[in-house]
Amino acid sequence: MKHEQQHNPPMKYGMAIDLDKCTGCGACMVACMAENNVPFKEDESNKLDSITWIRVYKLTNDKPYPDTDICYLPRPCQHCEGHGGHSPCVSVCPATATDYSRETGIVSQIYTRCFGCRYCMAACPYHARYFNWWDPVWPDGMEKYLNPDVSPRMRGVVEKCSFCFHRYQQAKDEAYLNGERRVSEAAYQTACTQACPTGAIVFGDLNNPDHRVHQIVQPDPKNGNKSRNPRAFRLLERLGTNTKVYYLSSREWVRRKGDNYLEHEKTGQVAKAHH
Amino acid sequence: MKVDRRSFLSFVIGGAAGTALSPLPWKLMDDSSIWSQMWPWTPVPPDGEVVYEASTCSLCPGGCGISVRKIDNRAVKIEGQKGHPINDGGMCMLGLSGLQLLYGPTRIKSPMKRIGERGEGKWQKISWEEAIGLVTKKLTDIRDKGEAHTVAAISGSDKGTVPALFKRFMTAVGSPNFMCTPSRQFADQLAVNKLFGGAGYTGFDLENADYILSFGSGIADGWGAPVRMFKVCSHWKEKNIPVVQIEPRLSNSAAKASRWLPINPGTEADLALGIAAVMLSKNWVEGDSVSGLRKWKKDLLAQFDLQQVAQITGVDADTIVELAKGFAKANRPLAICGRGKGQKAESLRETMAVYALNALADNLNQTGGMWAISESDYIDWPDVRPDKLASESLRQPRFDGAGSGQYAEARYLASRLAQGLEGDGPYPLQMLMVADANPCHELPDAKKVQAALAKIGFIVSFSSFQDETAAMADLLLPNHVYLERYEDVPVGAGLPQPAIGLTKPIVSPQFNTRHLGETLLALAKTMGGGIAEAFVWDDYESCLQETLADKWDTLMEDGVWVESDVDTVSNSVKLAAVNQPGVNAEGDPSSFPLLLVPYDSIRISSGYIGDAPFMIKTVADTVIKGKDGFVEINPQTASAAGLSDGDLATLTTPRGAAAVRVHCFEGIKPGVIAMVQGLGHTAYDGFLAGKGVNINELIGPVEDPSSGYDAAWGIRAKLAKA
Repeated sequence: MKHEQQHNPPMKYGMAIDLDKCTGCGACMVACMAENNVPFKEDESNKLDSITWIRVYKLTNDKPYPDTDICYLPRPCQHCEGHGGHSPCVSVCPATATDYSRETGIVSQIYTRCFGCRYCMAACPYHARYFNWWDPVWPDGMEKYLNPDVSPRMRGVVEKCSFCFHRYQQAKDEAYLNGERRVSEAAYQTACTQACPTGAIVFGDLNNPDHRVHQIVQPDPKNGNKSRNPRAFRLLERLGTNTKVYYLSSREWVRRKGDNYLEHEKTGQVAKAHH
Repeated sequence: MKVDRRSFLSFVIGGAAGTALSPLPWKLMDDSSIWSQMWPWTPVPPDGEVVYEASTCSLCPGGCGISVRKIDNRAVKIEGQKGHPINDGGMCMLGLSGLQLLYGPTRIKSPMKRIGERGEGKWQKISWEEAIGLVTKKLTDIRDKGEAHTVAAISGSDKGTVPALFKRFMTAVGSPNFMCTPSRQFADQLAVNKLFGGAGYTGFDLENADYILSFGSGIADGWGAPVRMFKVCSHWKEKNIPVVQIEPRLSNSAAKASRWLPINPGTEADLALGIAAVMLSKNWVEGDSVSGLRKWKKDLLAQFDLQQVAQITGVDADTIVELAKGFAKANRPLAICGRGKGQKAESLRETMAVYALNALADNLNQTGGMWAISESDYIDWPDVRPDKLASESLRQPRFDGAGSGQYAEARYLASRLAQGLEGDGPYPLQMLMVADANPCHELPDAKKVQAALAKIGFIVSFSSFQDETAAMADLLLPNHVYLERYEDVPVGAGLPQPAIGLTKPIVSPQFNTRHLGETLLALAKTMGGGIAEAFVWDDYESCLQETLADKWDTLMEDGVWVESDVDTVSNSVKLAAVNQPGVNAEGDPSSFPLLLVPYDSIRISSGYIGDAPFMIKTVADTVIKGKDGFVEINPQTASAAGLSDGDLATLTTPRGAAAVRVHCFEGIKPGVIAMVQGLGHTAYDGFLAGKGVNINELIGPVEDPSSGYDAAWGIRAKLAKA
């Protein structure tokens, strides 16, 4: 008898973040820090060295009082696919410490391989990567809450959002144990998605039409995975980074903030493939 | 062999030269640098079987359900409980940071007595027996002199079994001086009493309303049960429900609302009454449930002229008419109040004006409306029978004056504490006990409170954390934190249905602390006599179980109990006095041209609990930079004062001065400046201490003339370049 082993069709994990719903409460940031053993220092007001895998930015429409408006934008790692897995950071890493997974679409970061050259930080257009300038120090007793599923990082390495990859590994193990071939939508959710009180963050497989994120985004593979949802945009979409984090906003000024548009340019364009 | 001097020297020198030329020193140096790099600076968290345990978060009044991930006896992560009626899986960052509070270095690890000067921070660890003995001796001495009334207590709440035990203990000892920290809850209770004619509090069915007027309530900044409110905001967005946020600053709530309406701060009541006047004059009022409407209408229309209201509030007349129309014509309109998190006191005038709007819209005790919920207490213990010593002391007036004379309608007036200690009080205080409260930081005019507390002979703190008040104490009897204890958590927090949550011990106590309920029972037992008789329970757990009675099983199983059949105070409202006296900001506008208002942020804990390191980390560098705190100002106002973004300035109010940095922000009304609440701690650790300014040191209490409750909403101020 002939045994044929089948590969799962590749997944492409991504997010849709509804900025109309986000209140800027920051629960995602803290849920992430608690899940991923992110360290903290006494002074975190220098935001350049403050490690926040997901960071909530405050945008303003630059209009004077009383027409001022603000919008919060949570920014995890955008998990760029680029063209065929050529993420900006992956292409420059001399240590193969960061890689694009064709199985999940997740950009990984292997701390023990990283030797801290920080090329990836320079390459990342989203400031999603952070360097450990110091060894992490947990005040006496606080190391008790550390999560064994995520190794604490040492000084001299770069770290970033992993879409809570350890949760994917657990969900996969569990699925196989239960005799399932695929990880269900509910079984694998990131810590930020889970904590978000407004339901602004939706996470799942962009390739799977049953997943909510696919239904919201409706990615168009023929058009660089641009969303078919008129409210959706991606950050610096015209760079061709082909990110997997989509943002939704009903406000044109917010969508405009997603890229460096010239005055006459319209939003909603997408990069042409260039090699 | 004979070793002479010459051969010895040549051996040593030759050996040294040989070693230096060999790779050995370089190899050792290299190795040592590798070893020092390889040192396990980073901890390796121990692995083990993962379990999840459900409990309730009691860090704020919201009462969310939590699910704690555990490995052995280690709590690893707090997550939201799916399906919980309040938060359904969602969390706020304070709740998520709970483990940093549990395991943090600011815990008080054992009972301690002061050995240095007060506030010097020199403590000696003592046993629980000794600690209980010290309190007992002090209390007995005071009682034997017939001065039990000179003992006072401050609690963060008066709801639930632990505050009830605390209050009961005070009564049994003979002190009438149980106080709660000021909160909007008391203005709310008073307004319900005056309008509905019974004891109760309000709840708001925000999920089912279809037009919202929010008078500064932080719908996305932590008002009520914060996670419920975040969910409601999303629901409103999905359903396109008009939400009008009325406040002088573009807060997160204003940004989430469908419309931000800047108003002159402190004139919210005028706007509410102005809207009511428009509704009445245009006959847009249903008002079936309102009695006394005819006279009220006459008085209101006589007093409120549209143009005048527009001038006072800074909201133009057309907008007021538009709001009145929108509110009156909606199917289920709802107006809410309580600035920011709604945890600070508020004037009776404002509260009643907003509730009157709801009454005029005829939305009382129904879907999508405002509920007046009866104060039904599940704590039904037999009354304390005070012994002779106690009865005599209980006849003394309350130290804060609440409940008699001009303050007859007030329950507690902790805001009058400092004033009383400085000679205004009926007698000096000899002893103060503090639980779940940090008066030295959270009361208005905090510096003055701190100085006044120094006049009290003996201060006992039950705090779990090294807060400002614990630093002033003579004796520390630390309580377990919520993850180490059983406790009932009654949740009001604006929910339309009253709920009770239950905290459970998720981990065994980390330090030598004791449940406050147990401490109080132990104190009563050692005091003996009538005091011991008032406490019949063997331990706190049996007290809790007995008190919750038939709710206990539900609570143990589901972690929460929700009242399905809400008992309302009354379905009709009696409108009597149109216009309660208002509350103005302290200070003279000619010498203090600006208005300073506090604002709330969900990222900064502003009550008894200090901000955890994770939370402070998320605070923007336009709120804290290094140790400097910022004041928000409109660029137009800033440039008129010669200030630009980031400048250091001196902020002066009639109550004090502070060095601040200036953050220019277009989203604030010109002439108004705003500063966040909850910063400027002197206690706690380096993650929190010394950052920013405690706005409570710059704002003093302003008594609401109708109750005596503190109702300060801001203060006059000036800014000068430093």
